[in-house]
This record gives sequence, C-alpha cells and structure tokens, in this order.
Amino acid sequence: MQVYQFTEQPYYPVWNDHSGSLRVILPNRKLDPKIAGDLFHRYYDELLLCDELGLNIMLNEHHQTATCMSSTVIVGLSVLARQTKKARLLVLGYPIGHRPDPLREAEELATIDVISRGRLDMGFIKGVPFEFPASNQNPVGVMDRFWEAHDFIIKAMSSHDEPFNWEGEYFHYRQVNIWPRPVQQPHPPIWSTTGSTTQARVLGEKGYVIATLGSGYATRPVYDAYRQAYQAKWRRPAPADRFGYLGLVAVADNETEARRRAEFVAGYLRTSAIVHRPFRNPPGFLSVQDNARMLRGESAPRSYTKDGRGINMHHGSVQDLIDAGIMFCGTPDQVYDQIVQFTEYCGGMGNFLMMGHAGFLSHEDTVSNLTMFSKEVLPRLREYKQPVTEIAAA
Amino acid sequence: MSATAGATKAIVVNGATIETVERGQGRPILFLHPGIGIEADAPVLGELARGGRVVAPSHPGFGTSDLPKGMSTVDDLSYFYLDMLDQLDLNDVLVVGVGLGAWIAVEIAVKNSARLSRVVMANAIGIKVGDRETRDIVDIWALTADELDEVSYFDSASGKRDYKNLPEAASMAAARNREAYARVCWSPYMHNPKLKNRLHRVKLPTLFLWGTADRVLTEAYGRAYCASIAGAKFETVERAGHFPHLEQPQEFARRVLAFAGAPAHAVPQAVRA
Repeated sequence: MQVYQFTEQPYYPVWNDHSGSLRVILPNRKLDPKIAGDLFHRYYDELLLCDELGLNIMLNEHHQTATCMSSTVIVGLSVLARQTKKARLLVLGYPIGHRPDPLREAEELATIDVISRGRLDMGFIKGVPFEFPASNQNPVGVMDRFWEAHDFIIKAMSSHDEPFNWEGEYFHYRQVNIWPRPVQQPHPPIWSTTGSTTQARVLGEKGYVIATLGSGYATRPVYDAYRQAYQAKWRRPAPADRFGYLGLVAVADNETEARRRAEFVAGYLRTSAIVHRPFRNPPGFLSVQDNARMLRGESAPRSYTKDGRGINMHHGSVQDLIDAGIMFCGTPDQVYDQIVQFTEYCGGMGNFLMMGHAGFLSHEDTVSNLTMFSKEVLPRLREYKQPVTEIAAA
Repeated sequence: MSATAGATKAIVVNGATIETVERGQGRPILFLHPGIGIEADAPVLGELARGGRVVAPSHPGFGTSDLPKGMSTVDDLSYFYLDMLDQLDLNDVLVVGVGLGAWIAVEIAVKNSARLSRVVMANAIGIKVGDRETRDIVDIWALTADELDEVSYFDSASGKRDYKNLPEAASMAAARNREAYARVCWSPYMHNPKLKNRLHRVKLPTLFLWGTADRVLTEAYGRAYCASIAGAKFETVERAGHFPHLEQPQEFARRVLAFAGAPAHAVPQAVRA
C-alpha cells in the first residue's frame, strides 16, 4: 500500500470567526498575510518531513476559503517538486473543468513532472459545489468541459513530432507543442474522484485511479462498479493500486492522546460544510434526478458505518467517524487494524490518502502524528498483501 | 376551465420534442415562459386565450422538452423559436415573454420579425445597464429558496410548492427548469453583452409590463431597457413581482390583449418582410 499525506493548508485562526460561511464570501481582511506566510512555511516543513519519512504527498486546491489556503495547487507542487527527493506528488485535484486554459495546465503539469524527475500524479476533478461561484464556471455541463480539457491535456502531453490544432466545443488552439514535455511517458498517471457508480464505470474503462472521500462503508459499490468496467475493458481484475481512499488519521501511543488529536483532525470535516447554503448545491451540479429527490425531501445520508448506520460526516462524533471508516484513530496497532479491515471491506485499496493534519492540530502534534504513523504503521501497510477482487463483466 | 385546460401536446421541431400548451382560437399568441418554467394549468394561459390562439411551449431543456445538442444560449433558443414559427407557419404573432422569456422574445425580434406583429416584455432580463461593478440583476443562485421567493414575488407565498405532495413529474420539472435556467443564464449573468447594441433592430410595437414588487430587477432597469427600443411603452402591474403573469394573471392578460388591439400609430410601423 502507498500512503500519501494530505493537508488542506488551512487558515484555521478564523475558523471560529465567521458569519455562517468559511467559504466564498468570508472577507479576506480576516486573513493576516504575515500569519498566512508563517503557516505556509510550517505546512511545507511538515511535507518535507513526510518526504524524509517515506510518505508520499497529496495537494489540492480550493478557492476563496479559510479551510484551504492552497488556491493554486501549482504553487505547492512547484515548491515541492524542487525541495522533495522521493515522495510522489499527487494533485487531487486539479479542477480542470473550471479553468480557462488547458494548454497552460498541460505546460504547468509537464514542468512539475520534469523538475520532480517524474514524481507527479495528476488528479483531475470536477470540484466541490462551492467552487462554482468563485470560478464563475457554469456548473451546468461542467463535465463536458472537463472531458474536453482532459482530452486536450493528454494530447498535448503525448504529441511530440509536430504541432497540432484544436478547435473543440470549449477550447481553441493553434500550433500546440508544449515545452517541456513530461518525463513520465506517455504522461503522468491520471487519478480522479467520484462518489457515483456511473462515473466510477467511466474511470474503470479508462483505467485511471479512482479515489473517494467520506464514503466509508458505502465505498464498495462504487469500487465494484469500477471493477466491472475495468475488467470488461482490460480483461483482468482491477489491481488494488487503481483505488484510493481519503481517511483522517490520529495515531498516538495511547488511545486517549489519539482521541485528543482526532478531535482536531475532525475539524476538517466539521468546517468543510460551513458555507452559505445556496452555494452548496448550484444548479446542474447534481443530476436532475438527485435534485428532484431533494425537492421531495428524500435525500439520504452519504456515509454509513460497517453495520449500516447512516452518519453525517460533518457533524458526527469521532466514534461515528471511526465506525464509518472515515477516521482511523488509536494506537498504531489499532490504526493498522482499522485500515486493513476497511481495505478488506473494499476488496482491495492500494492508495491510502492520509489526512494527518487538519485545523488546530499543532505543529508538534502533527510531526508526532506523521512520525508515529510512518514508523509504526506504514512499514506494516507496505508488507500487507492486498486482496484482488474479480467482478465479472455484466 | 374547459375540459382541455392543462393539456399539453408534443411538437417536434428539428427533431426535438417540445412540450406545448395550446389554448383558444384566432390570432397566434406565443407565450414564452420565465426561468421557472410554466405549468400547463397556469391561469394566465386561459386568460390570454380569450384574445387568440395561445401557444405556450416549454423551452428546450425545460419541463419535459428535449434539449437538442449544443443548445446552451438564449441566442440558440431564439433561433429555435424562429424555426418553430416557420414550422407552425404562424403569422402576425403576438409574442409575450416574462423574465427569461422576454429576453428570448427580443432576441427573436432583433433577428427576424417577419412573422411577428407585436412584442410584450414583462420584467425582462437580457441587457447590461449599469457599470461593470454594479450588478443589475440579483444573483438568484446566491439566495436560499426562501430568499428567492421573497425577492421574486409580491406575496412570497405565491412561490411555494409542496413537492412532497405533488406528483413526481412536478419535482422533476422543477429540477430540470432550475438546471436549464442556469445553462443559459449563468455567465454572462442573465444578459447578452451584444444585445443592447442590437435593440435598434426591433421595429415592432413593444410593451414593457413591470411587476412593481420585483426585487430581482429594479424598475429603473426595466425603464432603461424600454428606452433602448424606439417607441416602446412602459406600464406597471401592481401587487406583482418578477412573475406578474402568475400573481396577476387577469390583469396581465388584460394589459396584453389591450395592447394587442390598440392602434399601432403611436410607435414605428413594423417593417415586414
């Protein structure tokens, strides 16, 4: 199993100082740029430690929010491409459906791949609902735009002999010929995220890495949809390295201390939905069927515990989160057992995306959390033999 | 109401099936609904049918109407309706639009008014009036459902629907309307930056009707819009907001039909093909 450390690089000092929205409309006067600089330096120090500890690194971006200061992930990748030595650098993700210019994205990502000497993993994502008021991209039809940007980036990265032309529905270019080209051939590995079985099938057919967040013990149907499409296309079971899962981690040498840390790490989920209500479901973000169900008051919880109890990951207790396979918390033995138990439930999951820092977790606690995990859990996860699950094509 | 009140029929235009309500006889009245769609049994359709043959389609992508591939702007919708008018061979058409529908109506009129006689634009969106940092139109997608009802209606209760106790088709249509509205209005927000400079092409008698309780739009916006079309008249409708056809259906229809029957000498003669 590969493990990636992830933090949203939050500006947590204002987390208790908002008027109902940490995102989109919280005035940026509340951010002290000096403190923001200190926090960025601290967060990069912690990610450099990950590189030494043998952990990979995941970065993302969100916009206009105190929950995540990484508003352009290329900056973070640029810092780490030069300063780290071994870690793979996963961007999960890059919201390519929102962006005006996939040519620029292809250039940026290829350059990161070259400078990092081939350590880039490219996660392309739709983006959360709150990104649309910030980017002003029309949420209706954004996935069509996403796939055209995706097709263009792949073509730009893998065309080497002559410039090409692109006159698509959304993007128009002449003389496309990016310099530098990526070192990983034909292009860096592609990842994406989804909670839907329909989209999982699309990713399975393409053979991309699929990652989920907060799906807990409702993950298996999504993975199995992927497996079915993968096996139909590639004539073999989807290997475990095609699956990624984001879990919150709080580990310590005793359970009491782990639970104390867990309360801070859970701050990620407890703040992530603090956003002005209309921004939570822009038109076209969910399907018509899902929106109609919501109008009829039929929306269901998204997260379930192992025994089928629905929980709300934004408000649930640490115990709820542990029961639901969203948080992995305890002593190194407990954390290892929880991750393995969850992986077995998944039928194999080869990329554990570890949120080992969030919110008010201090630098000292974060260093301790990351160090203990990498010394006492990571070696055993590396040795762990993944199950391989066959799902016959329908 | 007659036995056929609320009945819809399917009209196929360019391969797209369009849900359409037809009521009444006589001169054609094309009713173009606002962004929230139109319910087949809306009283305004019956009121308008006193003065002619009402044709009230759900725009492509709204209600149960098909969404033809590539149709993503009001420009597309206006060309679609020109094709529909050709196909139905309608002439001397009175076009009545509300909100988004009024924008579509005027986009049709600037392109080709050969089949049209007059235009009614109620609480119309579609142009930019203020400077680049002044929002002319409230950002409806930054409002809660209750807040949106509050700014849209004279009486906010007028907008409430209990989807739990309505047929599934009602919630499906509402969800589809919300998406279709944003498809054509998200950005540039509820306007076409090119339209204002094209409005001189509207040579038809034009009436602006304005629900005075509209707080999505200001009356000043409506009057500026009206002033961009030579000879256009501006009338207000009291006790109505952004959707005067819903809150004051009788008064709305009375004004429309009075305008339809009024002599056209006060405004420039229509230029006919």
